[in-house]
Amino acid sequence: MRTPSFTVKYLNTLSCSLISLLLVSSQIVASQTHADQAEVNVYSARKEALIKPLLDKFTEKTGTKVNLVTSKGDALLTRLKAEGKNSPADVLITTDVGRLYRAKRAGVLQSVNIPEIESRIAAQYRDSEGFWYGLSLRSRVIVYAPERVKASELSSYTALANKHWHKRVCIRSSSNIYNQSLVASMIAHNGVAKTDTWLKQFVANFAQPPRGGDRDQIKAVVAGMCDVAVVNSYYLGAMLNSKDQKQVDIANKVKLFWPDQKGHGAHMNISGIAVTKAAKNKQQAIALITFLSSAQSQQWYGAVNNEYPVVSGVKISDTLKSWGTFKADTLAVEKLGDKNNEAVKAMDRAGWK
Amino acid sequence: MVAVVALLSIPLANIVASLFQAFSDVFSHLASTVLKDYVSNSLLLMLGVACGTFVLGTSCAWLTSMCHFPGRRIFEWALLLPMAMPAYIIAYTYTGMLDFAGPVQTFLREYFQWRYGDYWFPQIRSLGGAIVMFCLVLYPYVFLIVRASFLEQSHALLEVSRSLGRNSWQTFFSVAIPAARPAIIAGMTLALMETLADYGTVQYFGVSTFTTGIFRTWFGLGDITAAAQLSSILLLFITALIVIERRSRSRMRFHAAGNGRSQPARKAIEGWPKYLAIFWCLIPVSFGFALPAGQLLIWVIKTWQDNINAAFFNLVLSSFTLAAVTSILCLTLAIALCFCHRLIASRTSALLLRVGSLGYALPGTVIAVGVLIPFAAFDNAVDAWLIKHVNISSGLLLSGTLAAVIFAYVVRFISVSIQTIESGYAKIHPSIDDSARTLGKRPHQLLSSVHLPMLKTSLLTALLLVFVDVLKELPTTLILRPFNFNTLAVRAYELASDERLMDASSAALAIVLTGLLPVLLLSRNISKPKQQSKPQQQSNPPMNDSENSLRVNL
Repeated sequence: MRTPSFTVKYLNTLSCSLISLLLVSSQIVASQTHADQAEVNVYSARKEALIKPLLDKFTEKTGTKVNLVTSKGDALLTRLKAEGKNSPADVLITTDVGRLYRAKRAGVLQSVNIPEIESRIAAQYRDSEGFWYGLSLRSRVIVYAPERVKASELSSYTALANKHWHKRVCIRSSSNIYNQSLVASMIAHNGVAKTDTWLKQFVANFAQPPRGGDRDQIKAVVAGMCDVAVVNSYYLGAMLNSKDQKQVDIANKVKLFWPDQKGHGAHMNISGIAVTKAAKNKQQAIALITFLSSAQSQQWYGAVNNEYPVVSGVKISDTLKSWGTFKADTLAVEKLGDKNNEAVKAMDRAGWK
Repeated sequence: MVAVVALLSIPLANIVASLFQAFSDVFSHLASTVLKDYVSNSLLLMLGVACGTFVLGTSCAWLTSMCHFPGRRIFEWALLLPMAMPAYIIAYTYTGMLDFAGPVQTFLREYFQWRYGDYWFPQIRSLGGAIVMFCLVLYPYVFLIVRASFLEQSHALLEVSRSLGRNSWQTFFSVAIPAARPAIIAGMTLALMETLADYGTVQYFGVSTFTTGIFRTWFGLGDITAAAQLSSILLLFITALIVIERRSRSRMRFHAAGNGRSQPARKAIEGWPKYLAIFWCLIPVSFGFALPAGQLLIWVIKTWQDNINAAFFNLVLSSFTLAAVTSILCLTLAIALCFCHRLIASRTSALLLRVGSLGYALPGTVIAVGVLIPFAAFDNAVDAWLIKHVNISSGLLLSGTLAAVIFAYVVRFISVSIQTIESGYAKIHPSIDDSARTLGKRPHQLLSSVHLPMLKTSLLTALLLVFVDVLKELPTTLILRPFNFNTLAVRAYELASDERLMDASSAALAIVLTGLLPVLLLSRNISKPKQQSKPQQQSNPPMNDSENSLRVNL
């Protein structure tokens, strides 16, 4: 029988061609990324549309080419860990502090001291050892239907667990990082036991099982499915500035309430940036961080995505102005990363889907 | 065969290895709180999708291949259209339309002066809604494979049934369906695997399944080991599914006997059932394609100026290239594997084939991580070795390259090719192989001059399925792609998940339209060989395709 030897030969050829194809294409890509020009390689959890325009401006200003991969925060972190010291990435950009905290713990970041930036960014929005820096702020706020709810009925996140709000609250799934951060801040402030009790009552107040995104919660309030919702402020901002008139109309039917103004203040999360341990273009990376925290870039976050700047004294968009000033929680955001794991478990225990 | 399967199993091995690590307290936390939900939701979802795709896919396949009614020729390809629609896109679109705040319910409320709670409306974002979404976009897998099977079925079989006094319905249920069973199972398995692997839809609908659980454990709890352990359980699920299916038909085989392919005598449907047939075929086409695509088109018209530019066409090009390379690679490897299995036909080769195709049911993210970690470890080891011995740093050879992306695609999608080719092979009687070998054909000649021509339809089907799948594929690309490389699916998802559905519509519609090209190409090719073979059959009535190809090539 010739069969076995034939089979082996045939498959050897195939396997070889597969592998050579892999190698050839990897070389093509490698040759593309090795240009003479100064460059900086960015792993970003911020989506392309929400970071590329700024990076383009950076290239325009400094002549440094920016190579970009966007993905989910944890995926990028896994990639950084796996690639180790050979990782091509110079900086990591994330949309929440939890991932930066994990990246620091995983040992894939390096500490950089940039006095120029440290003076700009308030201490609670950057790592105490200089491993990462906040770039923009997002707050988790309460929106309500003014015809059914008076602002005087509202006070804090904790109060949303009262019987008064039975079956009247909309909020998205506990898989969402912003909810995890919110609960993490509760744990940081009040401890696990108190948070557990609060969560049980809070979950009982949900008008519907959590589904959809933050905009959907706002829509549900307008539709009358619930009376209050907990959402990130920039989603409301995005709806108010939408090209779709229907979204604008819906957003105009709700009002924003700053929670916890007599207590710790509204819950804040950051989007942030860090230099990787494997960075081969450290100078360019630092230049990029400096650029992203400049007044001009800081203004951009507000104008494009209705996020608040981390640098005080920067001009903010009209939408942000219309929401007025507020007291922000001064909890160091690294605590949110620290308590994230406990927060998810507490939410599981409370049956928050 | 062992080498190829071993290569393909690297990511799986990586995941299964996690089972041998200690189960952390995270896992026991999951087991005591949410695991029950994951299991029951996943099972219900599979059950629903299995029933739905079977009913839609098989009935439409029968109507278009065995019956004649007005519009049949259009439905032949139109019924494939929903395949180009990614499940998460259709989910976002329907939610936009049918949600409480959407135009349909708003209209009802305004028209009847209802308020929230005054009336009942099905909740689209629910387990039931998810099942409907999956059925609408996944039934074409069943339709495509089963239709090919009906067309390749020995019509003598059906004629015998009819001549023995069975009517069309009885023939359908007692002969055609059992004979098409390998194809039906193959199609349903694909649909179910895709369902299990889905993340975007179930996550958006708030249905907690295994996949959402894996993501939550990884992203929320930051425990990649527990996430991998969950994936392993998912893998056991799938293995069990496959084993049960294989057992249930262990000794049943349906090969077309001698005079396989005569032109089917399509039965004309007359009178009111004619309209029923049209209506029935219209359901999946309109809800799975026309309606959502129409909605996307409306959004594109509103936003195209901001989204369609030169960069956009680059996206189309890169997506297309990636899909083409992957589908050809998958096809080649799948032919090699299936052919080896055909030659060896042992339990081991059957097992290898199954192991090689496990990847399809795993979420793309899991596969991507399974590729990422060993590839990077390999690169770093090579680098360290080179630095130690020749003092040259090779950096990362494979990680962060298109090669890694394509490899992950092959792992994930080769199952599609294998399933399709296998169901094609099931219809070639082994005696044909024996005749060819007796007549002095070597194995590779058997493949090139006998099997490949006979498998033509299956091969094209396999090529198309993978092509469209890659176009829609998201998490693998997201995690493994090199710098400055973007695809349509990534663009659509980034915008949609940021709740900017209107801006996502251009990319989404482009995926759908690009997916249409191969669909049209394929549907033309499926019907072509039959038309060519017709005159031949008329001139030499006793000869059929398979004998023809044997005669011509021997």
